[in-house]
Amino acid sequence: MSNTLIRIFTITLNAILVENFILVKFLGICPFMGVSKKMDTALGMGLAVTFVMGLASAVTWAVNHFVLVPYDMGFMQTVVFILVIAALVQLVEMFLQKSVPALYQALGIYLPLITTNCAVLGVALLNIQNGYTFLESVVYGVTGGLGFLVAIVLFASVRERTEYSDCPACFRGFPIALISAGLIALTFMGFSGLKIFS
Amino acid sequence: MSVVLKAVLILASMGAIFGLILAIASKVFAVKTDPRLEQLTQALPGANCGGCGFSGCTAYAQAVLDGKAKVGLCAAGGANTSQQMARIMGVEAVESRRMVAMVRCRHKDVQKKGVYQGIHDCLAATKVAGSGPNACEYGCLGFGNCVAACKFDAMHLVDGTARVDADKCTGCMSCAAACPKGLILKVPYEADIIVACANRDRGAETRKVCDIGCIGCRICEKNCPQDAIHVVDNIAVIDHNKCNSCGICADKCPRNLISDSNLRQEFDQAPAKQR
Repeated sequence: MSNTLIRIFTITLNAILVENFILVKFLGICPFMGVSKKMDTALGMGLAVTFVMGLASAVTWAVNHFVLVPYDMGFMQTVVFILVIAALVQLVEMFLQKSVPALYQALGIYLPLITTNCAVLGVALLNIQNGYTFLESVVYGVTGGLGFLVAIVLFASVRERTEYSDCPACFRGFPIALISAGLIALTFMGFSGLKIFS
Repeated sequence: MSVVLKAVLILASMGAIFGLILAIASKVFAVKTDPRLEQLTQALPGANCGGCGFSGCTAYAQAVLDGKAKVGLCAAGGANTSQQMARIMGVEAVESRRMVAMVRCRHKDVQKKGVYQGIHDCLAATKVAGSGPNACEYGCLGFGNCVAACKFDAMHLVDGTARVDADKCTGCMSCAAACPKGLILKVPYEADIIVACANRDRGAETRKVCDIGCIGCRICEKNCPQDAIHVVDNIAVIDHNKCNSCGICADKCPRNLISDSNLRQEFDQAPAKQR
């Protein structure tokens, strides 16, 4: 296996399991708690986040590499990335509404919600911090989004069951959701020792 | 100083460029929506009750716009809404009679054939052997699935059966869809004469399980001067288009199950704590 492939495989494994954005890094908790009541909305949200994270990684990498680095403006990363991602999501939303109405119907309501969601901003900043190449950045963005998808779908299925379970009145609703989120995060700690080819 | 200036310039120019791109994109990718859609959606009550047969108020507005549905299907909005919608669409409003839901069961202390200790839910109770704990197979189970389904606070349990508060009822019939016994019918708001029973068993069997069950004796049918009440499947059924609320059937009914009091009055007379 070539060196690039190995790096990409490591990044993928890292992003989905070992350093899962929600359950290990605790980024993007807001949609994780807010949109996980039902399985299908969780799935829609996860797909939208994956899509935006992949796209944002590509564009922010280019902006950093061609604008911020030449002008020595690395300290402006956060501000510029917020601007870039917000504009990008707006553009994508308009494009989808016109060209792919079916996809817009499915993702449309989630797209504005994740404009500069902290997982999306986080992936852009981490790409720079880790010194990834363009390809690696995009892979990290997409697989980070897939990690988000896995986490939110797992969590939604747990929540759908706790809804009907016999749990004490004072824990019903949000408290039990927070506790189960914590337990799922604990189980993901089990992946933390996992290291392949690195 | 120059670093600050450079930062401001870069950010400002990037903002300007993105703004320009978005402005162009909003023209290029503009999707034309009919302004009437917004107006129609605003005219509708926004309760998304589904009484019109569409998945929500916006879906109904879209269907009206596409010519797939008529104005005036919104039971919750009533005459006012249908007039507004007709004005927006430029058509004649359909005169609509206000309809409300009515529960065809009024038993007070129903005979039980067993003690049900399962989930507090009508549908769950019907799954137990013999379709529920009541001796009468057709009657109201009183677990209040309809009460939970009502979005307008018009359904309440009174004396163990569901009752409709006709003033609050909008006739969306969400309750009818929630009732596993199919007890809830649509009747005109002004209707005074109501047959509050759904027992299709023959007289002798009905007598055993309920004091106020319809035995299908046809006395009402024979005495009705308007030919408005008929016994079908052992229950009296009123044709509200023919009925003129004379009340003869209610007087003659040997079981006293035909109500000649307005549904609304009956609800108001119920003790407040039971509502």
